Amino acid sequence: MATLKELAKVEERFVGGHRLCAGCGHGISVRMVLNAAEDANVVVGCATGCLEVASTIYPYTAWNCSFIHSAFENAGATIGGVEAAYKSLKKQGKLDKDFKFVAFGGDGGTYDIGFQSLSGAMERGHNIVYVCLDNEAYMNTGIQRSSATPMGADTTTSPAGKVVPGKQQPRKDLTAIMAAHNIPYAAQTAISNWQDVHRKAKKAFDVEGPAFINILSPCPRGWRYNTPDIVELVKAAVETRFWPMYEVENGKWKLNYKPKKYVPIEEFLKPQGRFRHLFAPGNEHMIKAIQEEIDNRWLALLERCGETPELPPK
Amino acid sequence: MKNKVAITGNEAVAQAMKQINPDVVAAYPITPQTEVVQIFSSFVSNGQVDTEFVTVESEHSAMSAAIGASAAGARAMTATSSQGLALMFEMVYIASSLRLPIVFPVVNRALSGPINIHCDHSDAMGIKDSGVIQLFSENAQEAYDNMIQAVRIAEHPDVLLPVSVNFDGFITSHALDVLEVLDDDTVKSFVGRYQPEEYLLDAKNPVSMGNFDMYDFYFEHKRQQVAAMEAAKKVIEEVGKEYEAISGRKYGLIDAYRLEDAEMAVVVLNSAAGSAKGVVDELREKGMKVGVLKPRAFRPFPFEAVQEALKKVKAVAVLDRAETFSTLGGPMFADVRTALYDLKNDIKVVNYVYGLGGRDLRLEDVEKVFGDLADIIKTGRADKFVNYLGLRE
Repeated sequence: MATLKELAKVEERFVGGHRLCAGCGHGISVRMVLNAAEDANVVVGCATGCLEVASTIYPYTAWNCSFIHSAFENAGATIGGVEAAYKSLKKQGKLDKDFKFVAFGGDGGTYDIGFQSLSGAMERGHNIVYVCLDNEAYMNTGIQRSSATPMGADTTTSPAGKVVPGKQQPRKDLTAIMAAHNIPYAAQTAISNWQDVHRKAKKAFDVEGPAFINILSPCPRGWRYNTPDIVELVKAAVETRFWPMYEVENGKWKLNYKPKKYVPIEEFLKPQGRFRHLFAPGNEHMIKAIQEEIDNRWLALLERCGETPELPPK
Repeated sequence: MKNKVAITGNEAVAQAMKQINPDVVAAYPITPQTEVVQIFSSFVSNGQVDTEFVTVESEHSAMSAAIGASAAGARAMTATSSQGLALMFEMVYIASSLRLPIVFPVVNRALSGPINIHCDHSDAMGIKDSGVIQLFSENAQEAYDNMIQAVRIAEHPDVLLPVSVNFDGFITSHALDVLEVLDDDTVKSFVGRYQPEEYLLDAKNPVSMGNFDMYDFYFEHKRQQVAAMEAAKKVIEEVGKEYEAISGRKYGLIDAYRLEDAEMAVVVLNSAAGSAKGVVDELREKGMKVGVLKPRAFRPFPFEAVQEALKKVKAVAVLDRAETFSTLGGPMFADVRTALYDLKNDIKVVNYVYGLGGRDLRLEDVEKVFGDLADIIKTGRADKFVNYLGLRE
């Protein structure tokens, strides 16, 4: 594993001048992932969303490598087409350079509207990396709920009202669904641990065939946290087991981090405005339901990873 | 060298694709296009093409993958019909605005609903304003010839637009036809090698494509697409002349059949033009001055060529195999009527919607149209300008 000093020498592919919000997880995640491609030629694909809108305002671009955006729901198919062109031109001797391919999509473009396109691309076995920058709602259009929005969250289409206290359904488990495609590599990671992001991105670039990485990417506007605290917030997501770090390599599940003690979900919920209503009297049942969901998913994950299914000591 | 073969329209188009040997084909099967995908798959499986064949999970992904491949620097194709074209509608606009020379056959079939698998042009008319070039083909021979020419038209530096090659579902796609195919080397040298100026896989000159385009540039980019469409008219004719040199078959923006001294004309796309030509031959025997205008290019609309071809006729019937529900008739009617308006010589222009959902256009139907036109000329009146042909009502 390279040291931070060595990684800092890799040429940046996502450079200054983009217009992402201060305290947004996307820029951090993209730079960490692309850094792991080291000195390879890279083509980046991107679904419509915050990242694309903020980084390619014509006639400018924040991409120091080839980049393509075509629509919202088709980043998987589009980057798959780029990769097919590469394979064809290479095979025919029309191209001599080597390339790696990565697509970025938000949770809207990945969990929901782009789900079919992604599933198709994974099944066809393109040699691509797909990275979901999961900020848990449709942030670009103004914070509407997605199937990645956690239970209880207040969004503009699951508003915390007098009768309904935010989103009623738990999140879709997309990483597990991607693993169920039996692709060579699927992983979930968090920017609070740069070594983990780097190692997983590198592995994803190195495996032959499709790889999927899900990164929790906080949104200051949608989550309503103190922007400098972004890394602390992600750390809380990992420690509360809201966002477990694991990987599935050739069908083998592996847990990458096990919290030493039981940290209640309130530690993650409390710093965020989108969950504030849950702490009002009468909504205790919601927090209880969220905690139960997290504990159940944690036990199931441990079992899949071949570990003893038990909660961390309180 | 030319070979006469008896094959279906779908086989002819698949044959053209094999000879073009595109770098990437991304396609999803749909009736009546399915055979094209199946036959082409066998070329891939048997190593007869160098193509990377992407078996996408939908037509939306088919055009998306073709866009990715074309942007990467590959010669890319897809193929579809009806609902498939409707599903890829969003991406058709994006392909043309990205100025990607993707060639794609559209085997024309009625759009749902109600669901129907047979021929009409409602699918093609759905993308008439998308910025793609639309060529129409009377028979398997023209579908084959249009495919090969489409590559050169699409990739011409003054054009750089997708080209769809339309031919009628079942009527042309599934019927056995005798046609002449060129030999592989002739096609190979005619289409040449695709050399884009900017592409994603250029390691030395990375490029950002599909940028976010606001009110300060979007309008200019749209205007550039119009300029490319305008340029395409000349390119279609030039490529047609070059193609004539290798095939002996003439291709331009329109096909004017016995119009030189015609008083009455029918304007019609695709296979129905063949039926109309047959009727014209019969009526000419009886001394009627009749002719057919078949636009080969529908987009760009050959405005000047249509004016020139019809300027001396007294009455025109535009036959549309699609509805617009505007209550002003079919889509081609509006264009032809507009083209003739400025001639100010009082040409009567009427519309007939025909053949929706695969209803046959009978020779008697075309005869009736010419009979109606004769009455219009005699009385000087066209009372009803939108009519339905072969409809029970």
